[in-house]
Amino acid sequence: MCRTCGCDGVDHDHEDDHGHDHDHGHEHDHGHDHHHHHHRPRRIALEADLLAKNDRLAGALRDRFAHDHIVALNLIGAPGAGKTTLLEHTLRAVPELSIAVIEGDQATDHDARRIAATGRRAIQVNTGAGCHLEADMIERGLGALGLVPQSLLFVENVGNLVCPALFDLGEQAKVVVVSVTEGDDKPLKYPHIYRAASAMVVTKMDLAPHIDADPAQLIANARKVNPGLAAFPVAATRGSGMAEWCGWLRAQMGAQR
Amino acid sequence: MHELALMESVVDAVVDQIGEERVAVVRLEIGELAGVAIDALKFSFDVCTQGTVLAGAELAIVQVTGMARCRSCGREQATSSFATPCTCGSFDRELVRGGELRLIDVEVY
Repeated sequence: MCRTCGCDGVDHDHEDDHGHDHDHGHEHDHGHDHHHHHHRPRRIALEADLLAKNDRLAGALRDRFAHDHIVALNLIGAPGAGKTTLLEHTLRAVPELSIAVIEGDQATDHDARRIAATGRRAIQVNTGAGCHLEADMIERGLGALGLVPQSLLFVENVGNLVCPALFDLGEQAKVVVVSVTEGDDKPLKYPHIYRAASAMVVTKMDLAPHIDADPAQLIANARKVNPGLAAFPVAATRGSGMAEWCGWLRAQMGAQR
Repeated sequence: MHELALMESVVDAVVDQIGEERVAVVRLEIGELAGVAIDALKFSFDVCTQGTVLAGAELAIVQVTGMARCRSCGREQATSSFATPCTCGSFDRELVRGGELRLIDVEVY
């Protein structure tokens, strides 16, 4: 006897033996005395990675960047970490490099305008409700950017330390941007992004003495979760530390050629 | 809320492969160290399935316990977060298991 519906049939299957509720769609007490078992659920294996589509697109972008000798860097940090300010000063500090920027924000084109004011090519991608950039947004952005071979491409992700860590954009490296004002323990609180990054830029170093921040501890905490992480403490608006950071950028470009 | 984007990819994948059949159950495998919140996934499922063949379906989530190997002491331990250190104190641990974000199967009527 069927234990689900109490009928005497033996040739049907309610598939209710795998530990979760199946009280949808069975509708057993409708007061009529004939059976409808044509709706018995059938299992279909799909086996797919949820990130497969994004990873596939990111892989295609990575191939395209390699072919054109483009170094793409995915800049990730909290809102207000100083990503755009770092970029503005970086772009002026390396006039010899061909650089373009994709700016990701939920709304406005403020950042793309700030970058364009430095004389470099920039486009804005607005994600609306989206909290991170995805590979298809980069692909669309590249069409409008007109990137030339042998360039450095900065992708400034939406201000967020969590979601961007999961979405590959075809970049050569992820760079975390963190300001000294955010607290020395942030790498331990948001380990995913620090584990995924190749380098960190510690911004607003000039503020550290005023707010009881300990940048050395911040960097030490980041290296607890990722011992190989390169670290660049900078005060972009004052210029300090920028030579080391720009040296790392040139090295990335050199390795690509 | 990257869970919303992930759930959109689930709905797309199911609709692509199932077509018009009504879906009763969607089964996902989610690792404890994959960086997604189960509650947010469930919420996103209700939002993303509206008006599709998945509307009203049950979301069944098979959770995979996190397992990490410490690069300092070599020990392999169950863990629910990379934000907690190995018992030796090191945070430098590699993922062994628990990073899964997979669509396993569906049941259709």
